[in-house]
Amino acid sequence: MDILTQQLFNGLTIGSVYSLVALGLTLVYGILHIPNFAHGALYMLGAYITLTLMLLWGIHYWIAMAVSVLVVGLLGVLMDRLVFHPLRNAPPIHDKIAAIGMLLFLEAFAQLIWGADYRTMTTPYGQVINLFGTTATMQRVLINIGAIAVMILLYLFLKKTYIGATIIAMAQNREGAHLVGINTNKVAMLTFMISGGLAAIAASLSAPINLVFPGMGHLVILKAFVIIILGGMGSIPGAILGGYILGFTESLGATYISNDYKDLIAFLLLVIILSIRPKGLFSREGF
Amino acid sequence: MGAYLKKRGWMIGFILLAVVFPFLSQNDYFLHVLTLAFIWMIAVYGLNLLAGYTGYLSLAHAGFFAIGAYALGLLTVKAGLNYWIALVLACVITSAIGFVVGLVALRTREHFFAIYTLCVGYIIYLVIDKWDSLTGGVRGLIGIPAPTAIGPISFETPLSQYYLILFFLLATILIMYRIIHSLTGRTFIAIRNSEDLAQTIGISTMKNKLLVFVLSTFFAGLAGALYASFIRFIGPDIGYITIIFDFLTYLLVGGLGTLAGPIVGTFLIVSVSQSLQFLQDYRMLIFGPLLTILIIFYPRGIAGAYLDFRMKRQARKKKSVPSKQTSYVQQSQEDEEKRVKEG
Repeated sequence: MDILTQQLFNGLTIGSVYSLVALGLTLVYGILHIPNFAHGALYMLGAYITLTLMLLWGIHYWIAMAVSVLVVGLLGVLMDRLVFHPLRNAPPIHDKIAAIGMLLFLEAFAQLIWGADYRTMTTPYGQVINLFGTTATMQRVLINIGAIAVMILLYLFLKKTYIGATIIAMAQNREGAHLVGINTNKVAMLTFMISGGLAAIAASLSAPINLVFPGMGHLVILKAFVIIILGGMGSIPGAILGGYILGFTESLGATYISNDYKDLIAFLLLVIILSIRPKGLFSREGF
Repeated sequence: MGAYLKKRGWMIGFILLAVVFPFLSQNDYFLHVLTLAFIWMIAVYGLNLLAGYTGYLSLAHAGFFAIGAYALGLLTVKAGLNYWIALVLACVITSAIGFVVGLVALRTREHFFAIYTLCVGYIIYLVIDKWDSLTGGVRGLIGIPAPTAIGPISFETPLSQYYLILFFLLATILIMYRIIHSLTGRTFIAIRNSEDLAQTIGISTMKNKLLVFVLSTFFAGLAGALYASFIRFIGPDIGYITIIFDFLTYLLVGGLGTLAGPIVGTFLIVSVSQSLQFLQDYRMLIFGPLLTILIIFYPRGIAGAYLDFRMKRQARKKKSVPSKQTSYVQQSQEDEEKRVKEG
């Protein structure tokens, strides 16, 4: 029983991170219908920027994270303007290849600057606390609280603000949004900014319990794709739900099935889902 | 014959150059690099048939490449089979797995297909990496034999291996040429241009897509098997996603959906990589943006840009000769036909 609650808590933590990454991916997909393979690289850069700021200038964890969110968000905007905007009328195969090109570049770039070594990030919240009979580090609790707070903020932003409404409008119908006077280019840029920011938050939160290295985005991005297919491409509640489903499946699978093959579970899940429903579980347009 | 020579001049030139190359340079290192490039070309041709001509971007081909390599390695090392039987079996096994994967994967389209195959590729990599008792896990598989002699011809020296792999490459190109210029090839192109339309005019899209997927994995498997016997050591790395990104770079630089593309792209990138050896892991700093820039400005790569250039020139020439005006409609029809054929 003890192991079970411990694993459930772990699943919640992993799920929070997955959800945040998948949210960024699903936002971009909802707006522009691009499967942004470079999203994993943004995630990786987010972790590196936070780490560098903390190590080099001794900046506090939270401030470092805020800077990282800003930098990665702007990088996302840059990516949209330089790569995806010129390709907006190209066949879908082109977006994917361009995104892969960006992914390769950013990874090589990180390797050039920070080296291929595995690094650890220290956190000011390393103390162990006791929570309902299970032990956990403060950082893990923070991941959960932080992720849920960000999700609520994002929800409020999308549903309650005017700018958020423009994003939803564009996701529902691009031409229609354009007709009623929404600047779709600006909305696309904003979406990339949010998407990059979410990746940076996810990476900065989870980096202390994982390792930081140039290839750290690979598995996460693959799983994020699994999640958004699980939850429906472009659906925000779907991404959150899918993230937690995958997190729980993985942590329970690692304990009760096999630790070696725990990464396989996500992909097998996807293969099974797509075999039965070729367009994803809850396929629908818009949010 | 003359017209044929003119039309396929680059092909004849390439074959001649490839055949006489070992006599021009005695450098074993160049021979090694070139042989390896030929192996990549075979795999890229497989990918080209699927991604270039049928419009389905498969990201699982590194996995199929690895399956071919491991099938050959395991059959020769652990089962002790004759090399040639193992080679045939490796291709059959890869195609069979490709058939099963294709059966399911091809029900999905566009982004879903790319993501699905990416995941399949990753599963293949993980299975190879973790299935220690069969594949040797991260330690890899050592001691794969070189091809055994057929009668008086043995394949022990680098030179003979070079010609063996060149033979397979030429066979691949010939088969590709025949496929693309047949009704089947036209069908693939029709599916790429519009799957719904293809279905409307009575093409069984699923059957054709499955055929192209199996063919494509067959060549990936063949390339993998040849790779295993050439390098004689394989590790799980050959199934990792970076390999498929390499293939994509070769294909895109050369030209997606062109017959010359895989040769041009692979040769160019491999030779440039050789001169950029000092960059090693950082070569993607150059190739990553290159891939992105190419897809924005020259989506059909070098071969595609050349074909467009030639077609424009021909069109201009025809316009400037008014006496030929009568046959212009017919000419443009021929042009259109050529455009369709060449992708």
